[in-house]
Amino acid sequence: MKTLIFEKSRNGRRAFAQAPSSVDDAAIPEALRRKDTPRLPEVSELQVVRHYTRLSRQNFSIDTQFYPLGSCTMKYNPRACNSLALLPGFAGRHPLGPVSHGQGFLACMYELQEMLKAVTGMQGVSLTPMAGAQGELAGVLMIQAYHKARGDLERNEIIVPDAAHGTNPATATMCGCVVRELPTGSDGDIDIAALKAAVGPKTAGIMLTNPSTLGVFDRGIVEVAKIVHDAGGLLYYDGANLNAICGKVRPGDMGFDVIHMNLHKTFSTPHGGGGPGSGAVGVGSRLLPFMPIPIVRATERDGATWYDWIAEDELPQSIGRLSGFMGNAGVLLRAYVYMRMVGRDGMRRLAEYATLNANYLQARLRDVGFQLAFPKRRASHEFIVTLKHEAREINLTAMDVAKALLDHNYHAPTTYFPLLVPECLLIEPTETESKETLDNFVAAMTAIVTEAKGGKSFKEAPYTMPVRRLDDVKAARQLDLAFRPPG
Amino acid sequence: MTELPGDLLYTEDHEWLRREDDGSVTIGITDHAQAALGDLVYVELPEVGLELDSGGDMAVVESVKAASDVFSPIAGIVEAVNEDLADDPEIINGDPYGNGWIVRLRPSEKIDEDALLSPNAYQDLLDAEDA
Repeated sequence: MKTLIFEKSRNGRRAFAQAPSSVDDAAIPEALRRKDTPRLPEVSELQVVRHYTRLSRQNFSIDTQFYPLGSCTMKYNPRACNSLALLPGFAGRHPLGPVSHGQGFLACMYELQEMLKAVTGMQGVSLTPMAGAQGELAGVLMIQAYHKARGDLERNEIIVPDAAHGTNPATATMCGCVVRELPTGSDGDIDIAALKAAVGPKTAGIMLTNPSTLGVFDRGIVEVAKIVHDAGGLLYYDGANLNAICGKVRPGDMGFDVIHMNLHKTFSTPHGGGGPGSGAVGVGSRLLPFMPIPIVRATERDGATWYDWIAEDELPQSIGRLSGFMGNAGVLLRAYVYMRMVGRDGMRRLAEYATLNANYLQARLRDVGFQLAFPKRRASHEFIVTLKHEAREINLTAMDVAKALLDHNYHAPTTYFPLLVPECLLIEPTETESKETLDNFVAAMTAIVTEAKGGKSFKEAPYTMPVRRLDDVKAARQLDLAFRPPG
Repeated sequence: MTELPGDLLYTEDHEWLRREDDGSVTIGITDHAQAALGDLVYVELPEVGLELDSGGDMAVVESVKAASDVFSPIAGIVEAVNEDLADDPEIINGDPYGNGWIVRLRPSEKIDEDALLSPNAYQDLLDAEDA
């Protein structure tokens, strides 16, 4: 293990950028001033730069490596989105400034709402959720508010397929709903008979991802929507896999009542490292009155378009505010620039290339001997390889392959998810990768299996990374994560 | 694959049941289930005295890969739980049919054996999943 920055600390060492504030602290009441100094490392500016540059170089990122992390849509984040979102007029705008000072920003947000409506086929969009999980929370809260407003108070069950993202049942549970799990048919589609048996007067709604986490498009979706609607429930679309269908099929047309979109996936804002994210929500006509605020509105004023916020008293049934202002403004701006850059035709093209890349990679891996979880289905934007035979016959598990790929300088695909496929890798190349990258990835996968068949063990992989195989069992059993500075 | 104990009943959710001489029923997860989950890191146990419906949430087993609900295969009242699992959940990995038992229930109605699987039927299920 390399030195921690705390271990580099020397008494009295300072960085110019952290020089004492020139603000007169006499204005701070005595009772609010801290008595002792914070336990921060005392290091020079150059030490800080070197320390964090070194750490960043140990990391995997889209900017440095192929990152086929299924279900996460780790596509390239165009630099233009960054530089335009950082224009001084945006970056310097104060969120509490008067609306008249932020017309440019508000115009972008209004247009972003409109573009998201157009691409999803929904009737209204609120940009305020700060991440996908908060978007889900907003969605289920709106479903509950809808039933409550109708006096339909018994509906507390949310149906979730067993292939769902773990966040779906977690969200439903957090909202106080009872989760009913639905089995998946052997072809990857929802089991219609089981769905019919599950719906009833207690059904609040169903949460679906389509294409599902199994990497296939549910062909029965229109029938699913009808069954749930006929039972009085609403349909929630988890937008995690929207990249596969962008510009091709719209959740609104499939019959969904509410959707959250991960702008950090589909619309290419930076993703990973815990955010900042954006989980904008879209709704159909039933849920318009319940949308979270703030929402940007456009009106005519003195012959020009005027943008302002829809006030709380204008949307009295709203589920309310989810953040202090409007989501992560910088992330929303990046998504706006991205959508304007790709345009309507580009939206279609990104879905086509995302699915083309996934299907190409799937076919190549199948041809070199990997077993597909759903060999009869065309992949959406991602697909699943199962290593159950390799695990049994040559003691090579999905985790071993994932770790060995790091030594080939590839980020590992998603492992052991979805849970219903044993020893699985969920692989999503995204549209921004070249054929050469995909071919090289196939070569690495082939090499790993060939070497394992020849007797090489990958139980200790990765061998070349700054950190070797971690003991994840010990880490989970002994949750001791605190660093205690020496002395 | 090791032989399945012949004196147990099984479920499609990879649980096993043993009918004890005193009329109680001991429940755990199968060797297949523990192998699929991998090293267990946490087991959430129910309170003694809890009344469970058939199919109700009985326990949660958590590995580094996944957290899985363990459903009660029968209706009954929790008579005992395996307290050792709280500190050493990996007992289940080492001895799923013995010291790795999870809950002992007092059935509240006659056990519907048709809803459960014989060792042979469970073996068929495993073979089918393995194909």
